[in-house]
Parts: sequence; structure tokens; C-alpha cells
Amino acid sequence: MEIVFAIAVGVTFGSGIWLILRPRTFQLITGLLLMSYAVNLFIFGMGRLWVDRPPITPHAAVDPAQFADPLPQGLVLTAIVIGFATTALYLVMMIGARGLTGSDHVDGEEPRE
Amino acid sequence: MSALPWLDHLIVLPILLPLLAGALLIPVNHKHHRIKFGCAAVVSVLLWLVAVALLLLVDAEHWPKGIGVYFAANWAAPFGIALMVDRLAALMLVLTATIALAVLVFSAQRWSRVGVHFHSLFLFLLMGLNGAFLTNDLFNLFVFFEVMLAASYGLLLHGYNLNRIRAGMQYIAVNLVASLMFLIGVALIYAASGTLNIPDLAARVPALRPEDAYLLGVGASVLALAFLTKGAMWPLGFWLPGAYSSACPPVAAMLVVMTKVGVYAVLRVWMAVFGDSAGALAGFGFQALIIGGMATLVFGTCGMLASQGGARMAGYGAIVSSGTLLAVIGQSGGAVLAAGLYYLVGATLAMSAFMLLLELTERIRPPGASLLAVTMEAFAINDKPEDPVGVVIPGTLAFLGLGFVACALVISGMPPLSGFVAKFSLFHALLDASPPGQGGVTATTWLLIALVVVAGLAAIIALMRLGVRTFWASGAVTPPSLLASEAAPVTALIVLCVLLTTHAGPTFDYLNRTVAGLTRVADYNERVLGQSPVIRPLPVETTR
Repeated sequence: MEIVFAIAVGVTFGSGIWLILRPRTFQLITGLLLMSYAVNLFIFGMGRLWVDRPPITPHAAVDPAQFADPLPQGLVLTAIVIGFATTALYLVMMIGARGLTGSDHVDGEEPRE
Repeated sequence: MSALPWLDHLIVLPILLPLLAGALLIPVNHKHHRIKFGCAAVVSVLLWLVAVALLLLVDAEHWPKGIGVYFAANWAAPFGIALMVDRLAALMLVLTATIALAVLVFSAQRWSRVGVHFHSLFLFLLMGLNGAFLTNDLFNLFVFFEVMLAASYGLLLHGYNLNRIRAGMQYIAVNLVASLMFLIGVALIYAASGTLNIPDLAARVPALRPEDAYLLGVGASVLALAFLTKGAMWPLGFWLPGAYSSACPPVAAMLVVMTKVGVYAVLRVWMAVFGDSAGALAGFGFQALIIGGMATLVFGTCGMLASQGGARMAGYGAIVSSGTLLAVIGQSGGAVLAAGLYYLVGATLAMSAFMLLLELTERIRPPGASLLAVTMEAFAINDKPEDPVGVVIPGTLAFLGLGFVACALVISGMPPLSGFVAKFSLFHALLDASPPGQGGVTATTWLLIALVVVAGLAAIIALMRLGVRTFWASGAVTPPSLLASEAAPVTALIVLCVLLTTHAGPTFDYLNRTVAGLTRVADYNERVLGQSPVIRPLPVETTR
């Protein structure tokens, strides 16, 4: 499971890096999205990978090894919300730039031939 | 145990006040800018008072060891989020609040009106800054960084025109990637140590297994990438001059403070986690900070000499001061750090004043208001703010010239203002810290001193050229009309620089206490982890 997880995160993040180095804003934002997905998965994985373990302990004395670590899950949730908000903001920005400059190049102008 | 002493609630006020006020101002239509400004001004004054009160309380050891702890939501550390104020945090709070107040007054008549929601965004920015200074939890630090950045994206675009859109695109993209780096770093640190609370992390570091320590090192490096992108260390700081020169001047003055947040975060985490008590990881990354800081110095110096416009030059000036600070943090010596903090305070005040002053000097040139006109056109503002019909202050040119000279003196570190005191004490401490006997002063130290001197020389050349071009060689000079509300904040900031010079003794005493406190890592652990949350008596069940 770990190896599949690691490859998935790596490929997603790598594709993201390639995309953010491209000159068009749409490629840039797609790249940012892919990277943030990869990072979210990565944080989740940092609480170690478990199967079939509940994240929340019942009200009695328990063995903590039987439960998944709830903290990374909380972190991921926060990261998703913040990432969503900032990406939405960037999207607005992108549309504004497209309207004002008439180009979807990240420099705001078409490169000279 | 009863409720929390009310003084403890002061710790959370710098975050709560701007949050609430900023949110309340959103529904207010921007036609009522007088109300908006009034509300923001009251909050800023309150913030300043709270910050000063915190500074005095912390310095008077109102809380044991001069560290005040506040548990958000009353969860004990390390499980909940602990806010913590110590001398360093209080100093940064006061610095931020002071500059914020000046910027707010400056923008009252003109700049806050070229777009909507200036005051809300401004207050949210303050909330993010204050939160970043107060928090004691790495993930919470991320949240406050994001609050700060989101507000700064909005502010950078304030009164948007083509330039700002272009610079904003790059600024936002760079910072989004840096935020992802931040998350990766935090996740790795959690994976290695199982905690995100800084004092708790510091306590666990010496006992880590070698493979975990390695993972922690990787995590801390990635985290440092995020901090240093904000702090504009050399290969990571290319976004800064563009963003600074295109932002409207009050916003640029706030961006100067934001750059210092990156440096502050590095200082906070590195002093606590990788100090002398960190076992195998002690001193991790300090060498990289020294080298990176010096590279930043070189880059900033070249940029300052090469730039034509004033705002761009100021941007490179901010890079120079970041570089100096990073190299100083890398030295990690007590006395050196105190001098570095003194430099930080003086340079930040002067740089903010310079940003504001630049906009005023731009008006000397006949088409001074062209930029503003373009902005208003692009924004299609309905109610044009009345033209600034303020009285022409007699001797506006004298004021502008003197202000320019004062800022230039501080930025370049020439006597008699605080920049000189800072650099002199920095050199003194650097030479003093080198162990006598064993080879004396190291080559790195000499190189650092040489670079700082050269940077000062380059700054004075660049600023002199700019000054000559602005005041003497710009042809028909028309004394610009200044509003008192625009001249006063600049004057106040410069006067503060002068006060910092004349009161260098008490300031250094305070800073030495700050640094001494920072190096006692165990105190933080004891205070933050030892603090117990407020325990409420369980509700007694009444029998019916």
C-alpha cells in the first residue's frame, strides 16, 4: 500500500511542478491544484497509513495503537479549505488579468517572436 | 480554580480585535469611508495600546519568566493551540502596530479610496501578522500566514491597474507554491516528532532516533524554504522588487513588515528547536543561513545600484536588510542577535517611512497624479474623492528633502541615526563573539562585515543618485501640496528612528533581555507545557 501511495503522490506532485513551469495561466492553476492534492495526500500519509481503524476514541480507557491518528486528518481538512479558498482567489485574479491584458500568458503579454 | 485573570485575555486581543472589526466593516458601503476609517483607526489605536501593554507586562515579568501563555479554546498544550507572548513577540507586535497606525493615517485621504474594502483587508492583514507573532504552534502559524497572505493578495491589487495585476499574478503564484512547501515541511516534522507545538518539539528533538532526526532535518529545510520565500532570501526573493514597486505605497509599507515575518519565523523556530540543547541536530542549518544571508546581501546591493525607480530601490533595500538579518541569525550568538534585532526595528521603521515618502516625492514631477488617475479610471470609481485641496505647507520641499535624507541615513547606516548604531554594534558584537586566540576572527565574519559595509556604501550611492534626480535635477520643481495627514505619519516614523537612536541604551537592555530569554529554551517548555487550562467546576446535578 505504501509504495502505491508514494508513487501516486509523487506522480501527481511531479505533474504539478511541470505544469506550473508552463507559460499559460490555465496550466499554472491546474498545476497548483494537482500539487495541492498531492500535498493533502502527503499530510494524510504522514499520520502513517492505517486500514480499518477509527479516528476517534470512545469514552473508555483504550489502547491508542488501535486508533488512527486524528491530527493529520484535522490538518488535511484545514489545508483543503485554505487551499480551496486561495485557488478560488487566484482564479478570479486570472480572469481579471485575461480581461485586462487580453492575454493568458503569466507575464500579461504574449512573448515576442 | 476560577476564571482566567483578565490581563491574560490581552494576549488574544491582537488577533480578535482586527478580525471582528474587519468583518464588521465588510457590509459597510465604501461611500461611508469616514465611518470605515474611524473604525479602523480606533482598532489600530487599541491594538497599539494592547501591544505596548503586553510589552510592558512581559518586560515587568508579570507572567513567570516573562512568557505569557494563552490557550485558545482552553485545551492544554501540546494538544490545543497555545498562544504565547514573550519579549520578542511583544516587540514585533509594537513594531507592527506602530507602522500600521502610520500607514492607516497616511492612506486616509487618498489611497484607501481608490478601491473597496481597503480597511477590512488591512485589518485582516494585521490579524494575520499578529497571529503569526503570537502563535506557538507550527500549523497555526501556517493558518495565520495564509490569513496574512490572502489579505495581502487583496491589498496588492488594491486600486488595480495593469502593473498590479501582472505583479499580483506572480506574487500569488509564488506564495501559493511556498504555502505548499510550508505544508510539506509541517507534515514531515509531525511525522518525525509527533508534535507541532514548538517548545514540545524542542524538548523531543534531542531524544529522536537517527532516522527520525534525519526526517526532521528534511522537514525543517522544506519549512525554511517557505519562511525564506517570505523573507526573500537570495534564490527565493525574486518576486519582491516587482511586488513592492507596483503595490500602492501604503501597502508597500505594510509589505515591508511582512518580509520581516519570514525572518521572525526562522528566528523563532531555529532558536527554539536547533539551539545548543538540540543534541545531534544542534546548529542545524545555521551555516546555510549565513551563506544564504550573504548571497542575499550581494543580490540586494547589486539590485539597489541597478534600479532606477525609487520603489524598486526600496524593494532591494528590504532584501538587503533581510540578508543582513539572516546572516546575523546564522551567527546565533547572543550579543550579535541583540544588535540584529535593533537593526531590524530601525530598518523596518525607516523603510516604511521611505515607502510613504517616495509617494509624496513623486508628486514633485508635474504629472504626479497620473498613476492615480489611471487607477481611478480602471476602477471606474463613482464618487470621485475630492481633490486633495490641503493647504500647501510652507516648505514642503524642505520637509520632503529632510525626510528623504533621514531615511537614507538610516537605510544606509550612516551616522548619526539608528542605522549607524545598529551596524556599529553589529560589528562590535561580531568581532567580540569570535573566540580570541584560536585563529581570531574567522574569514566568514570578515566577509560578512565587508559585505555589510559595501551594502551601506551602495545604498548611499543609489539613494544619493535618486535624491539628486528627484530634488535637484527634475527641472521645474513645483512644491507639491501635501496634506497634514500624509506628512504627519512619515514624520512620526522618522522621529521614532531618532528616538531609537537617542534611547539606544534602554533599547539594547531590552533586546539583551529578549535574546537571553530566547536562548533559555527550557523556560518555554516549562511555561507552555506546564500551564494548566482553566478548570471549570462540573455543573452540580440538582435532584428534583
